[in-house]
Amino acid sequence: MAQAGTTHPGPCQMMRTCEHMAAPVPNPQFVLRGARSAVHALHFCHGAQGHPLLLSGSLRGLVHVWSLQTRRPLAALDGHGGQCVTWLHTLPQGPQLLSQGRDLQLCVWDLAEGRNAVVDAVHLESVGFCRASVLAEGPQRWMLAVPGRGSDEVQVLELPSKTSVSCLKPEAGARLGMPMCLQLWQAESSPRPLLLAGYEDGSLALWDVSARKVCSRVACHSEPVMALALDPRRARGVSGSAEKVLAVWSLEGQQALQVRGTHELINPGIADLKIRPDSKILATAGWDHRVRVFQWRTMKPLAMLAFHSATVHCVAFNTTGLLAAGSGDQRISVWSLYPPT
Amino acid sequence: MDPVASAVRLAVQEAVHILSSSEDGGHIISTLQSLRRYLGETETQAPPEEQEEFSRTHFSTILRCLVGKLSPDWLDLLPDGQLEELWASFFLEGPADQAFLVLMESIEGAASPSFRLMKMARLLARFLSAGRMAAVMEGQCGQQAGPASRLLQETLLTRVVGLPDHLGNRLQRETLAAFFPQNYFPLLGEEVLRVLQAVVDSLRGGLDCSVSFLSQVLGKACVHGRQKEILGVLVPRLTVLTQGNCLWQRVCWRLVECVPDRAMEAVLKGLVEAAPGPEVLSRLLGNLVTKSKKAQFVMTQKLLFLQYSCSMPMLQSLLGYLAMDSQRRPLLVQALKELLETWGSSSAIRHTPLEQQRYVSKALLICLTHLGEAELRASRDELLASLMEGVKSRLDSSLPPVRRLGMIVAEVASARLHPEGPPLKFQYEEDELTREMLALAVPWPAADGPSEAGDDELVPYDMSGDGEQRGSKTPAYVRDCLEALTASEDWERWEAALRALEGLVLKSPAATREVSLELAKVLLHLEEKTAVAGFERLRQRALVAVTVTDPARVAEYLAVQFYALNYSLRQRMDILDVLALAAQELSRPGRLGRAAQRGSPGPGSQPSGAAVPAWKAVVEERVRCKTRRFCKQGSTGRAAAAGPNEFNAVAGYFFFPLLQRFDRPVVTFDLLGDDQLVLGRLAHTLGALMYLAVNTAVAVPMGKALLEFVWALRFHGDAYVRRGLLSAVSSVLLSVPAEWLLADLLDELLEARSWLADVAEQDADEDCRLLAVKALLLLEKLRDRLLPLSSP
Repeated sequence: MAQAGTTHPGPCQMMRTCEHMAAPVPNPQFVLRGARSAVHALHFCHGAQGHPLLLSGSLRGLVHVWSLQTRRPLAALDGHGGQCVTWLHTLPQGPQLLSQGRDLQLCVWDLAEGRNAVVDAVHLESVGFCRASVLAEGPQRWMLAVPGRGSDEVQVLELPSKTSVSCLKPEAGARLGMPMCLQLWQAESSPRPLLLAGYEDGSLALWDVSARKVCSRVACHSEPVMALALDPRRARGVSGSAEKVLAVWSLEGQQALQVRGTHELINPGIADLKIRPDSKILATAGWDHRVRVFQWRTMKPLAMLAFHSATVHCVAFNTTGLLAAGSGDQRISVWSLYPPT
Repeated sequence: MDPVASAVRLAVQEAVHILSSSEDGGHIISTLQSLRRYLGETETQAPPEEQEEFSRTHFSTILRCLVGKLSPDWLDLLPDGQLEELWASFFLEGPADQAFLVLMESIEGAASPSFRLMKMARLLARFLSAGRMAAVMEGQCGQQAGPASRLLQETLLTRVVGLPDHLGNRLQRETLAAFFPQNYFPLLGEEVLRVLQAVVDSLRGGLDCSVSFLSQVLGKACVHGRQKEILGVLVPRLTVLTQGNCLWQRVCWRLVECVPDRAMEAVLKGLVEAAPGPEVLSRLLGNLVTKSKKAQFVMTQKLLFLQYSCSMPMLQSLLGYLAMDSQRRPLLVQALKELLETWGSSSAIRHTPLEQQRYVSKALLICLTHLGEAELRASRDELLASLMEGVKSRLDSSLPPVRRLGMIVAEVASARLHPEGPPLKFQYEEDELTREMLALAVPWPAADGPSEAGDDELVPYDMSGDGEQRGSKTPAYVRDCLEALTASEDWERWEAALRALEGLVLKSPAATREVSLELAKVLLHLEEKTAVAGFERLRQRALVAVTVTDPARVAEYLAVQFYALNYSLRQRMDILDVLALAAQELSRPGRLGRAAQRGSPGPGSQPSGAAVPAWKAVVEERVRCKTRRFCKQGSTGRAAAAGPNEFNAVAGYFFFPLLQRFDRPVVTFDLLGDDQLVLGRLAHTLGALMYLAVNTAVAVPMGKALLEFVWALRFHGDAYVRRGLLSAVSSVLLSVPAEWLLADLLDELLEARSWLADVAEQDADEDCRLLAVKALLLLEKLRDRLLPLSSP
């Protein structure tokens, strides 16, 4: 039976009283159980009548829709043939849900009025770990970046027409390896969409999508870049890899990538990282089963959430400041830390 | 003869005659009224020269005569207390010093308790509340002190300051609230302020004044221990008055300068305590320390080296005061040098109380914050030399607080003295003291708050639980661990083996016994090859577990290794710790029962948890329901299982090898020489083993051997060693049965007793004294218990 969550007491480690002045880490606000397999993707959205929802994608190919009010699953969407769901995103129209799976399908779901049917699907060319990225271009048009056919290519499609508008292939001798994470982005000042891509060799490249060329490239890590997050307001971002460091970089004049600094972690491996919409805090999902929270401006470590008992695969923030973390232990923990003022 | 003088004399003689003989109220009144002319208060004043002659020569006589007449009948000669009022006015309006002296004199002369005494005391209280004390003191400020009046001043001073004591002695329980010291001295402070105000006013008017009488009053009051009362009033007012007022400042400086040398310390200490900070102190004292040798001695020697009672704010004020003026700064440099020298002197480290060492260290840190780069550089070599010597002797000490002081001061001082060099960094635990000391070391100007802290600064949660994640290479058997620890190049596995070992050893005692000696050897020689968090503790826990599992062999091995060649001091101390911990574990009551229960759940085993079959629980529950128990408690809670002390059989293996060779140095290990830290630890460990051997058969020979050991080392110079010895004596007294103590160890105990008495009285170390007292108490108790036995 799906047994979904009431507030869960944290492990004894967190209950322990601390010797210093710092307050003990709070327990999760609630825990969602019932995904029945490892949680690999999380996304907050609003359902009908503005009810807050949390979407989760599981290893077994199901997308669960959780109500944050009742803390119970509302629906389980099965559209990826039992293959892992790696990425979820909603488009305002509809609402429409995009889900990316390891079955080489990117499904478009219609969730409006209680429907849950696949209305469209994009066939993907690459079976890698790379998550897609989407950018709203116009009121009804979106741009979608997915890994492309060649192992080092990124393909940019236009939705809903699914036309391939551009294929971003590094120069012949670049040897970047596979793209590992993508972030489409358009600066307010410039009409040209940009794509940030983290590669297998640990470098980060800034692509001008329309010109199909690399504006800037910087080697941030010595291991594959597993995740990146961008704060467009400050033109700064952060990336994590399989090693023990987070790299903070900036986009000088929107064109040149520059590493600003690195932050040493205790254990290697970052699966995902997100900056909260108000740019106050950053959360990382660690292979060490822990979620770490930093003050984004200073990269000061704020909290270490040791709740999960397996790799944390994904983290997500919503606009009200809730933080969700999905883990290999099949649980989703939802936290409220440093509520936005 | 001067016509004026003789005229006044005649008038006075006549008045005295009338006063002493007349019974007529009206006559007396008119006589008194006529005398009042000389006081200058009435409309018909006497000529000024006559007034002066009267007050100089005859006033005291008149007052004494008035005192002599005082009686209920005399006062009743006129109705409505008219006479009393007139009588009192002479004391309250005439020259204050004479009035005061006569008042005091008559109070001392009056029989107690008596009408006259109470009248005079009340009059004195009125005298005080009318503010006449200011007049008394002011009178002493104008005149140049001649030899005659110096004696008078002396008397006056004694009376002014000693007033509460005199009155308290005379009046006993009848004394008035105004004469309580806590009321009188604040009043005196107020009066001193009023006189100072008058002095300042007359200086403004161009008149010369002396404040030396005030200084003497202040000094004497402080010597009497009334700093708080009098300075509590004076200092806040002077703080305000001297602000931006040079005249007041000069008067204030003069006031302190004129304090007699013997009172200087009391006054300065009071001022340092009462002043809210170095700025105020500097305003109040000026450059006193450069003018007065005594003041300099008090401020730079006595309060820093000879005492250690100043609070930290006082110390901050004192050293801040020295730092505030260029003329005084050389004294601060000198103080720093001497502080460092004292701090580093190995004899001081050994013979001064820890409290004082902390005090000196703190003073040292404060000094450093006040001194500039250039000043430090000028005497850097000298300072560094004493610092280094001090660090060396402190780190050699066997007392952790002394070492810690060495580390903190060395870090801070070397950073200041040698800023270009690489920073010195020690590892020490942070506690109240280190935080306090490091806070002292923050330089003054840098106190303008963190600049970066915006209002959106988020407060981190407790992150102390953060650590490295463990791999999954944990061995499952003791032999695997042994192999991983000896041969493995895979550090994750090595670490996992170390972490798992204790649990495995406890879980499988039989497997452990097969390899116990090897395991002990490996663990003893284990080095921290990778930075494993908590390595020392893991290794220790594992060794303790092995020792507990196979006590006889492992303990003997370890104890023999203690004296073997080629071990580091660290390893030797580890051996001692492990032996003590293992002995503690073995002697823990109830341990045996639990182990047996785990081994074979026989018929007598206690039911516990899931091990109990369900039917048994059900039956017990039924029996419990239907059984009525008359005894309310005790039946439900089960008593701890009694069992023999497991340490009994093996205590000898732990104990005796450790005692064998302490007096025979080997090349790398000299217990009676440099390695006194280990010796101290050995003494403590032996004491602990003795204590744990309570109720064992071997306790008596152990006690005998231990007392011999203690006797050989009793005059050791190191406090830590002595502490160990004293606690060992206490252990002997606690563990060896009393009758055996008397039978076998009587001589030793009698000898120990006199030694303990000496230590309790004379040892420099507070803990030693305390331990000696405890041991003496135990001896007393023993005697008390045996006396009834021996007495018929």
